Amino acid sequence: MSVQTTDYTVSEIRSRAAFIASRVFIYGALIFWAFVCLFPIYWTITTSFKSAVDVTQGHLIPFVDFTPDWKGWRSLGLSPDSIFQTSTVRDEFLKRFMNSVITSVGASSLAIIIGSLAAYGLVRYRYKFAWFKNEDISFFFLSQLILPPVVLALPFLVLYREVALLDTRIGLVLLYTLMVLPIVIWIMRDQFNSIPVELEEAALVDGLSIWGAFFRIVMPIALPGMVAAFILAMVLCWNEYFFAALLTSTDAKTIPVMVASQTGSQGINWWSMAALATAAIAPLAIIGIALERYLIMGMTAGSVK
Amino acid sequence: MAEQISTANAWPAHPADLIPAGRKRLGWGLLAIATLGLLAIIVVQILYKTEMSTVGFDTWRPVVYAYILWGAALGAWQVLTRGEDGQRALFLLPALLFTIAMVIFPTLFGFYIALTDWNLSSFSGRRFNGLDNFWQMLADPYYRNALLNMVLYVLAVLVEYVIAFGLALLLNAQIRARKFFRVVFLLPLMLSPVAVSWMVGKSLMEYRFGPAATLARHLGWDNPAFFSDPITARISIMMLDAWTFIPFMMIMLLAGLQAMSREVLEAARVDGATAWQTFWQVTFPLMLPVSVTAVILRIIFKLKLADIIITLTSGGPGGATDSVSSFIYREYRDRSNVGYGTMLAMAYLVIIIVFVTWLLKFASRFVRNVN
Repeated sequence: MSVQTTDYTVSEIRSRAAFIASRVFIYGALIFWAFVCLFPIYWTITTSFKSAVDVTQGHLIPFVDFTPDWKGWRSLGLSPDSIFQTSTVRDEFLKRFMNSVITSVGASSLAIIIGSLAAYGLVRYRYKFAWFKNEDISFFFLSQLILPPVVLALPFLVLYREVALLDTRIGLVLLYTLMVLPIVIWIMRDQFNSIPVELEEAALVDGLSIWGAFFRIVMPIALPGMVAAFILAMVLCWNEYFFAALLTSTDAKTIPVMVASQTGSQGINWWSMAALATAAIAPLAIIGIALERYLIMGMTAGSVK
Repeated sequence: MAEQISTANAWPAHPADLIPAGRKRLGWGLLAIATLGLLAIIVVQILYKTEMSTVGFDTWRPVVYAYILWGAALGAWQVLTRGEDGQRALFLLPALLFTIAMVIFPTLFGFYIALTDWNLSSFSGRRFNGLDNFWQMLADPYYRNALLNMVLYVLAVLVEYVIAFGLALLLNAQIRARKFFRVVFLLPLMLSPVAVSWMVGKSLMEYRFGPAATLARHLGWDNPAFFSDPITARISIMMLDAWTFIPFMMIMLLAGLQAMSREVLEAARVDGATAWQTFWQVTFPLMLPVSVTAVILRIIFKLKLADIIITLTSGGPGGATDSVSSFIYREYRDRSNVGYGTMLAMAYLVIIIVFVTWLLKFASRFVRNVN
């Protein structure tokens, strides 16, 4: 009896030790990766408050290593003491920022509208255009995903010059819509598939038209999916650099292009660079934290059945 | 847009709407007017641009408006002549017309440009030169090098997959503050690659003062220059790209793990399987379909890799880190060589289509064998 008891205790101790070891490993790994994810962001934000010496000496911790200063933000015209003064840099920055907002919101909205309609049609009805059936049409839309931007970039450069869309926001909106449309259709198809057909049947019996049923019954249910698709599209459009760099020059330049073109004649002003980078990533970081649920919903659409 | 039959598969068809002949005629008339108008504008514009007539517009933009109007007329024609079936077609038409206009036309135009000698900075303008660009491409060592780099970059996806799977397992374990860690792990995906390559690539990994370089010195690497020799530079690019995109795979894999039934794992545990065995014989096989989807999507995104390389190394040192996209980008930006650049891009498109088609075939067989 007593032997058994000690046996039990030994194994219990061993399993307790194993349990603690696994806990230590899991949390260690989690904290390590959280550090890997957060440190670059921390570095970017703190660098925007550093002066030249602090950057080149690699100082890390504010108030201990270095005294924070609004230097970077002042050079953007966004620090507390310069915010009410006129600043050409700030005007430039705000213009680029608005360009980014307009192009990404515009493109995402357009993609959501035409993408949802197409996805709904593909899920609910049978089409046959010549010899193209539903599966072929779906494949046609989704296959746009593999089209690398570089293939379209040069033809569009020439075409946009011909139709006077070069360096305009509308031109970018159209291209970005094309870029995110496959993803929107992918997500929305999954959404509409999960809505029972009976709801629409009832609506039709009650005398609504096909479009009426779509707007009054289906859309409210699919709204979370639309939000998810919209946010994912926003992220992609906001961060897009390739098309923006090729197709815009002065008027329609977006934030990523402005960030990329920050090389001064006497080296890089790290503090202003960091302030600019912070301003460029802040909107999405906030959206990402606030609406993380929708983002995850969008990314996992259709992958798990 | 010839014949379109929609049988109501979702619910019994309404009694076929009886469409009056007048309404049908109206629809056809509208379509005919719109088509003629579109063709007329195109012809007028071609004549004007080839200087055979003096009437026309400065730019081709009116043609774009005409196309939009034509699209609207096409929709109206569908509804007027086909009633409810037409209304159904209306769901699909905008996206279809948009995509066709934005993809098919530019791609065909691209194939034409690819066969011309066209340098935007020279005065001679566009000149048809047949397959010259193609032969030049075959002899171009830098392009071959860029393609080879793409192979390496795509192979790096496997490493990213392993890390992403590990992170997904961690997040799926019994942990506190799961939501916090999930948000934090997701953050890199939200950041603009350009800002990341500046603040991480050029600043954090800076040779003299960057904390990453300092850390590397402490760990015993005497000369932590991340972007000066070809192999380290490639690895640095891969690491940066992985950093931004690992969350994407991680989230998909996490969703897969959470959708797995608890009973299976429970059964494996009751049967006395160790954690290691459970993973390899239960979790991993069950996760294979999700994994394949995640990896394929990631490869598709990887094939577009450009931003980081353009801003960080411009392909250097000596073209060692060039991806195909960044190489073509510079071909245009530095040399304004539209004709040759387009040929490279079109060749890349063909390679990608072949590769992804093969990949999908391969993957579908893979997944089916397991099930």
